[in-house]
Amino acid sequence: MENKEKTEKKEKKEKIPRQAMPEQDPKERIHNFDEVPYGYNAELAMMEAKRCIQCKKPSCVAGCPVDVKIPEFIKLIAEGKFIEAAWKLKETNALPAVCGRVCPQEDQCEKVCILGKKDEPVAVGRLERFAADFEQDSGNIVIPEKESPTGKKIAVVGAGPAGLTIAGDLIKLGHEVTIFEALHKAGGVLIYGIPEFRLPKAIVDAEVNYLEKLGVKIVRNAAIGRLKTVDDLFAEGFHAVFLGVGAGAPVFMNIPGENLSGIYSANEYLTRSNLMKAYLFPEFDTPIVRGKNVAVIGGGNVAMDSVRTALRLGADNAYIIYRRTEVEMPARIEEVHHAKEEGVQFKLLHAPVEYIGDENGWVRQMKCIRMELGEPDASGRRSPIPIKGSEFIIDVDTVVVAIGTMANPVIQATTPGLEVNKRGYIVTKGETGETTREGVYAGGDIVTGSATVILAMGAGRQAAKAIHEHVMAKG
Amino acid sequence: MFKIVEKSFLQDIVVRMVIEAPEVARKRKPGQFIVLMIDEQGERIPLTIVDSDSEKGTLTIIFQIVGKTTAKLADMKVGDHILHVLGPLGHATEISNFGTAVVVGGGVGIGVAYPIAAALKKAGNKVISIIGARTKDILILEDEMKNVSDRLLVATDDGSYGFHGFVSAVLQNLIDSGEKIDIVFAIGPVPMMRVIANLTKPYGLKTIVSLNPIMVDATGMCGACRVAVGGKTKFGCVDGPEFDGHEVDFGLLMSRLRTYADQEKQAMENYRCESHGK
Ligand SMILES: Cc1cc2nc3c(=O)[nH]c(=O)nc-3n(C[C@H](O)[C@H](O)[C@H](O)COP(=O)(O)OP(=O)(O)OC[C@H]3O[C@@H](n4cnc5c(N)ncnc54)[C@H](O)[C@@H]3O)c2cc1C
Ligand SMILES: Cc1cc2nc3c(=O)[nH]c(=O)nc-3n(C[C@H](O)[C@H](O)[C@H](O)COP(=O)(O)OP(=O)(O)OC[C@H]3O[C@@H](n4cnc5c(N)ncnc54)[C@H](O)[C@@H]3O)c2cc1C
Ligand code: SF4
Ligand code: FES
Repeated sequence: MENKEKTEKKEKKEKIPRQAMPEQDPKERIHNFDEVPYGYNAELAMMEAKRCIQCKKPSCVAGCPVDVKIPEFIKLIAEGKFIEAAWKLKETNALPAVCGRVCPQEDQCEKVCILGKKDEPVAVGRLERFAADFEQDSGNIVIPEKESPTGKKIAVVGAGPAGLTIAGDLIKLGHEVTIFEALHKAGGVLIYGIPEFRLPKAIVDAEVNYLEKLGVKIVRNAAIGRLKTVDDLFAEGFHAVFLGVGAGAPVFMNIPGENLSGIYSANEYLTRSNLMKAYLFPEFDTPIVRGKNVAVIGGGNVAMDSVRTALRLGADNAYIIYRRTEVEMPARIEEVHHAKEEGVQFKLLHAPVEYIGDENGWVRQMKCIRMELGEPDASGRRSPIPIKGSEFIIDVDTVVVAIGTMANPVIQATTPGLEVNKRGYIVTKGETGETTREGVYAGGDIVTGSATVILAMGAGRQAAKAIHEHVMAKG
Repeated sequence: MFKIVEKSFLQDIVVRMVIEAPEVARKRKPGQFIVLMIDEQGERIPLTIVDSDSEKGTLTIIFQIVGKTTAKLADMKVGDHILHVLGPLGHATEISNFGTAVVVGGGVGIGVAYPIAAALKKAGNKVISIIGARTKDILILEDEMKNVSDRLLVATDDGSYGFHGFVSAVLQNLIDSGEKIDIVFAIGPVPMMRVIANLTKPYGLKTIVSLNPIMVDATGMCGACRVAVGGKTKFGCVDGPEFDGHEVDFGLLMSRLRTYADQEKQAMENYRCESHGK
């Protein structure tokens, strides 16, 4: 009897296939920087939401780094209560409109969704995006009640996902919160790195505005370590300091010719395009090289964002040069898929060994070597081994090096007693983000190395709790 | 927003400006610079802090009009506001009592050389300054440099004032005269710094140059400012701006500075048309 009911229920549910999200045609979209997916409309969202079988012990929630109440918010969407769904999301996730777009759901909630065992998982990310957008579009954004003022002042360094999250949490607890951001715009990678076509900047700006409405003070153009040090912040009366400065320094390969004109770090290429709006040059003043043959080195999200930017800037040939195979590529599946649809050429098991320039110092060619996969390395991925004598030349006029980032040493160098590991990342005690300096906490990429938006947000949330306890205990 | 409180033309295309930026003014040390962005559409450009007044909370900058952003900045008036100012950036000049220090400044580089000369003087050095320009009318900061130098030598390319020739020839004469020199600071156009560095190298005369690569964030995040020093890649903004002149690959710096020549020309032409239309 129980069994029968189960099958009936299942059959009823599984009749609805996973709903696709309408998107811009690849042929059109490579000529603009508008967002690629349009998002669900109410009808599609409710249809998709109805696929969720409302598990009693939802595995999706366990797969989410911040324990979003997934079945609950999906149920509200299924019932047409969209605003309520957004509020439910916000109980645990401060930036759902961002996460709905950039989280690697296929490795998190959707990877473990029970439906995925036999069929396709519920499109948790798309639903999250739908509810969050619905709230933003409705203009019906509630400013939550704040606890009564505690008289404690907290400094947050860096306005990326980690810093924005902790600022939101701490202000609600009644603390006075000031964010110091080195750039002229808040948002961290969300604003300078991830392109408009994947994460519209208006969404990030809206989240930042919301925090400012809550009372968070944001000081831009304030590079901590230069304008003032962490010690200066304590001297100014801050009771605790959170470091959410990201892993912002670019890594190069140190191969011959890498400093030729036309060779960028992904950070520079994306910063010019996104933060400085170089794709709108000359309306905006910052220039960018609009290459015809563009090679992007790397296989992560950053590489996909760069190569898709290159296409939109008018490249005839846009290559991904990656030293392993597609299986090992760290980029989100959706982004690889989008890149392929747009005509990106994947040169897998390839690595550059040298760049060749012309008499004016411009890159003109790239010497590549073919690779084969050997034994698994420490990360468990099979490591690439160069095949001797397999070198060949590709014509290029722009190269973007997207092989990773590392810690920027400015804060560490100017903060005595702050311990970092041998790669320069800040050492913390467990999940609280507590560093080796009393009253100084850290979280996000500056602790873990380049990771994800949601993990940085999770770290911000954990540290918020720890800082709250710390400053309240001191009376 | 950062208010412009003073503005004057030192000559046709060189402007001196005083900007309100109290926190930067308090922290700044000689050799450091700012990045400014005039408006929402603007480019971020680096400019050296020539002087500061921590009581008034102001910074002095001196810049030459070479393209759109510097032209736009030069068109701003006292009382106008610059949208963003970030600083102080870069390492401060390492100042100590070296003995005899020669400070060579060329063109608008004299503005950058001035705070260094002043700091060297304050630290007890005998400061010999050599400043040069194409012609007399465009020479800047002569009096200021005189005030902070034990000796001031002037050169003009066309001989309209002072020594007829390049600052490098003046330095050569100084070395030949038997003056015992402990350190040289050379700040100016890249070709000038290259010539000076090549000149002092055979004498093993320590020579510091201040490099001006293209920058974006100027906080070590992008690598636009890559320079090669001693065969290693350095970031001009966070590792510099000052480097050992004998180790710098000046050719690379020059070619990288030309990366956007076409776009810069286009931007400047558009700007000239627009501002003429008004
Ligand atoms: C191009 C690109 C694409 C990505 N795509 C995805 C994706 O699809 N999904 C995903 O989950 N993750 C993605 N990531 C990774 C994700 O963006 C990061 O893991 C996340 O942003 C880290 O957050 P954070 O708050 O630790 O640091 P950041 O976002 O790096 O923010 C740090 C902030 O601190 C500021 N800062 C640094 N130093 C100082 C200082 N001294 N003083 C003051 N301020 C300072 C910086 O200017 C910056 O604004 C991507 C990253 C990049 C670069
Ligand atoms: C550390 C540092 C300190 C400097 N100090 C001074 C100073 O005190 N006075 C002064 O007149 N100039 C200084 N410069 C040079 C100044 O930044 C450039 O002249 C200015 O950026 C030109 O901008 P533009 O839009 O007017 O000209 P553009 O038309 O954009 O360019 C003209 C020339 O300036 C160079 N340039 C362009 N953009 C940049 C950029 N973002 N960063 C650096 N160089 C660029 C280009 O190579 C080009 O040759 C300094 C540069 C650096 C790196
Ligand atoms: S695991 Fe899948 S079906 Fe179950 S509650 Fe989560 S989203 Fe719904
Ligand atoms: S200007 Fe970006 S790292 Fe130096």
